[in-house]
Amino acid sequence: MDINFSEAELAFRDEVRAFLKDAWNEELASQAKQPGSYKDVQVAWERKLNSKGWAAPLWPVEYGGAGWTPAQSYIFENERAAVGAPDVSPFGLKMVGPVIYSFGNDAQKERFLPRILNADDWWCQGYSEPGAGSDLASLKTKAERDGDHYVINGAKIWTTLAQHANWMFCLVRTSNEGKPQQGISFILIDMTSPGITVRPIVTIDGEHHLNEVIFEEVRVPVENLIGEENKGWTYAKSLLAHERTAIAGVADSKRNLAEVKKLAAAEVNGGRAMIEDPIFRQRISDIEIDLMALEFTELRVLASMSKGNGPGVESSLLKLKGTEIQQSIQELKLDLAGYFGTVVQDGANNEQVGHDFGDVARRGFMMSRAATIYGGSDEVQKNITAKFVLGL
Amino acid sequence: MNFDFSEEQQMLKDSVARFVQDEYDFEARNKVVANEAGFSAANWQKFAELGWLSIPFAEELGGFGGGATDTMAVMEEMGKGLVAEPFAASVLMFGGLLQASAQSEERDALIAAVIDGSVQGAVAYAEPQSRYELHDVKCSAKPEGDAYRLSGEKSLVLNAMSANKIIISARVSGDQNDEQGTALFLIDADAQGLSKTALRTMDAQVVANLKLENVSAQAICGANEGLAMLQQMRQQLIVALAAEALGIMEKLNATTLEYCKTRKQFGVAIGSFQALQHRMVDTFMAAEQFKSILYRAVCSIEQNESADSIEINIAALKAMLGKAAKHIGGEAVQLHGGMGMTDELDVGHYVRRLLSINAAFGDGDYHQQRFAGLSLAS
Repeated sequence: MDINFSEAELAFRDEVRAFLKDAWNEELASQAKQPGSYKDVQVAWERKLNSKGWAAPLWPVEYGGAGWTPAQSYIFENERAAVGAPDVSPFGLKMVGPVIYSFGNDAQKERFLPRILNADDWWCQGYSEPGAGSDLASLKTKAERDGDHYVINGAKIWTTLAQHANWMFCLVRTSNEGKPQQGISFILIDMTSPGITVRPIVTIDGEHHLNEVIFEEVRVPVENLIGEENKGWTYAKSLLAHERTAIAGVADSKRNLAEVKKLAAAEVNGGRAMIEDPIFRQRISDIEIDLMALEFTELRVLASMSKGNGPGVESSLLKLKGTEIQQSIQELKLDLAGYFGTVVQDGANNEQVGHDFGDVARRGFMMSRAATIYGGSDEVQKNITAKFVLGL
Repeated sequence: MNFDFSEEQQMLKDSVARFVQDEYDFEARNKVVANEAGFSAANWQKFAELGWLSIPFAEELGGFGGGATDTMAVMEEMGKGLVAEPFAASVLMFGGLLQASAQSEERDALIAAVIDGSVQGAVAYAEPQSRYELHDVKCSAKPEGDAYRLSGEKSLVLNAMSANKIIISARVSGDQNDEQGTALFLIDADAQGLSKTALRTMDAQVVANLKLENVSAQAICGANEGLAMLQQMRQQLIVALAAEALGIMEKLNATTLEYCKTRKQFGVAIGSFQALQHRMVDTFMAAEQFKSILYRAVCSIEQNESADSIEINIAALKAMLGKAAKHIGGEAVQLHGGMGMTDELDVGHYVRRLLSINAAFGDGDYHQQRFAGLSLAS
């Protein structure tokens, strides 16, 4: 048993700290606090990462990866979260990128991978449909061959940030033969193609993150198909094997919990700081203990992967526990804000509201509810764990 | 970074697992705990021969020189077998305090006797009023020449009925709840003025309540060093008992899973029901998370982190133990249905041991409060 970092890893940590100091500077950090700045900040940040060669450190080196060990990516994540820098947008770098370098042809790799690394394209994910949520394989959006094109008709839903996207990776039905999983293909769609309508869906935080995307006779060149026709389900599933660990969000939760503690020391009720409130203390410590355990669960997974073994059975709880903790921290923050957590700030400044984190807490809490729904809901995760880990 | 056992640690772990598999099935274990002593003297000699009784002692004292990881490896397997022999009480508690006490020829000889199995020990620290506070000590120690005379009461002392020697915490000065003024003393188990009332706990351990009236005793530490030594012992024992608890949780989860795969109702295995599947995923996750927090505590000790960091990890470990023990134990009984309520099935025996471990050295709530005091210090 040894969790000490090696000399080389400590040197790497220093390099990360030096990079972050320069790259996640005051200017970018304050820009990130402005409403509506999300995309600009992400693109600027990801380009800085890319110029250091760290945009997609876990990709194979030949495609632009950094060849990091699991310990190095753990160090980077912790340092990144500690300074409050955001994670990269997952759709290009963590989702479609690995599918393209694993299953795409050379032309596709050359065309898309460098642009993904440099945030030149904004990708969105076309998986869920109005009639296909947790039961994703029942999807119906149809792609029919017409000469050198596929003609696409149907609708995708819950498409995160499609309003910013110029590309979508999409699961479409190319066959109705056999099991539902067998007739699905993985295709890349230019979002500027005629026939695509992006309809905003306002979520319970009052914001526009999600969309419905409707396809009417959209023509997509056959060269945009990844791999073989009707093999899309396999490619999509392999995507789940990437980035198994980062989904726990441990590093960000550590930072958020530390922030909640600070806020709890400052919020006063009846002359007593909330951090002295016995019930609040119990709630914070419940979550902190869970998070301390999850951090070591993640380290166990990383240690197993460092040895060239796959992630062990314990990896199956990373998303379930990680999202439970993320939500609980948001809940603490909302409750800390008291009745200011109900205010929709909408352009008013903190002084006018009389409080400085109620609005952030409300939006954070509301949006965090999605974490146990997207990427396979809690219930689907448990079904999968029961089947593949417990053998039920 | 790795979470592997060394070759030596793995061999130790395997040897305990083999003993449990070959000689300590549930039926054999029931016979062992039915003894008046609550364990088998023959097994104890076997443990001595296998070298297990030497694990925590330094090599220059004839020991194995093991640390927290070695103890964890052994205790996890003992947990799976529900081993009743007083390894924790005699070797880890009594032996651990001896090792931490001032060096003397007498002490070294006593440690050698613990290692060869000829002497067993016990540690008496709790009192009727003290609950979980180690410094709440009424038992008094009055100097008499080079020795002391102890008077007072001690509660639920593990292994006191089989011990040859007992270490007692007693107050040399100050008031009942003072942190200063408590020392540790060694007495003979058949000393004049000592009376013992034997009791059984729900996990089949034999314990005793002690009454001391002017019992002759030797101090084994300075007048203000007793509390720190007990705190150190508590830390080591929490890790050891947590490892035992992990073994029990893993065993309970495996037993329950197997039962749900084979038990048929409504014409199908009950494990095919989603409601039960999700509950078993929850108990699986609880055991894995508990294993992680145990590893965290062990690593913080093995790597000599700061005293505060170790304390916070230990408090977190024991707090989580309380929750996981009740959760996993409760589900094991529930999913076994009526059978889970019976004494003839091993499930209830494992559950009772888990609950007993929860109460040892402060329950989950107590340690969560300690944790909050350390982590939320503003």
